[in-house]
Amino acid sequence: MTFINYASREINCKIVYYGPGLCGKTTNLQYIFDSTAPQARGKLISLATETDRTLFFDFMPLELGTVRGFKTRFHLYTVPGQVFYDASRKLILKGVDGVVFVADSQEERMDANIESLYNLEENLKSQGYDLMKIPYVLQLNKRDLGNVVPVEDLAAELQRKGEPVVEAVAATGAGVFDTLKAVAKQVLTELRKG
Amino acid sequence: MADTPILLREQQYHQIKAVLARLRMDSAAKVVFLVDKDGQEIASLGEVGNLDTTSLASLTAGNVAATGGMAQLIGEKEFPTLSHEGEKESIHISVIGRLLLVVMFDERSSLGLVKLRSKQVSQQLASMFDEVASNDYDDDSPFAGITDEDIDSLFS
Repeated sequence: MTFINYASREINCKIVYYGPGLCGKTTNLQYIFDSTAPQARGKLISLATETDRTLFFDFMPLELGTVRGFKTRFHLYTVPGQVFYDASRKLILKGVDGVVFVADSQEERMDANIESLYNLEENLKSQGYDLMKIPYVLQLNKRDLGNVVPVEDLAAELQRKGEPVVEAVAATGAGVFDTLKAVAKQVLTELRKG
Repeated sequence: MADTPILLREQQYHQIKAVLARLRMDSAAKVVFLVDKDGQEIASLGEVGNLDTTSLASLTAGNVAATGGMAQLIGEKEFPTLSHEGEKESIHISVIGRLLLVVMFDERSSLGLVKLRSKQVSQQLASMFDEVASNDYDDDSPFAGITDEDIDSLFS
């Protein structure tokens, strides 16, 4: 939920990166963290297992600059992608302002993408949100790999409502900021409506 | 759609801070801060120094959400208080509706005192936040006029 503090003149918004296990959600955050000036971001908190799989969430606050005299701070979260962490995923969606669905473009992950997207819709619903009405971006990640599904086929299968579709290689940063920009823009546009 | 934004007015912010300041003094705490259940920091007060209150706010919310999930699994609505005691520093969290009141303290205070004082201000903070939650945009909301250029400039 967007939080606007008139005393400190700050707008705080929450963006959640969602998607199947190993699709690159944490890699998106890691790239943003690595390529942002330290004064514009806080720590990257990763609650991960000993094998570096996300256990609960990753979190990173990012300050983008000022709009109408208000500092805009985005709180970026990832969810754990593994199927059995569903309870955690539900909790992290609480108060969300915008969602990025990170799809894994590899052929063999198509079913996992579909399952995860369905899971996102269900979990949003359980928190009182509707995917069709919330700021939302579809990122097609891992476009550099050899066995990827064509963009048109992925979009036909995964695009829900004409949302922006961004091709990405999160490990090298390609498309990472385009994705963030696309979702941040929608979130800030919502503020106009009040 | 996403939830309606929460608007914290300047006067309300200072009122909340005044309550936190009194709580901090009465409970001999190092730091007191207020977070909403989504992990947004509302106000903090005390020996904040280099403390990363933004991360603490997010982790507090995660902590409460996770224990709340556990509570529901055993048939409880939620666990209204959580305490973490370290060798030197400790944290006490009270769940007050959609607010989380966090008190950090050391050997100068005690868990009993912090619990007591936190409970005493809970009601007051809850009603203050009810008022905050009912705030609506003014007619001259600074956000109504946000342009695409304003947003694009954040990424240039």
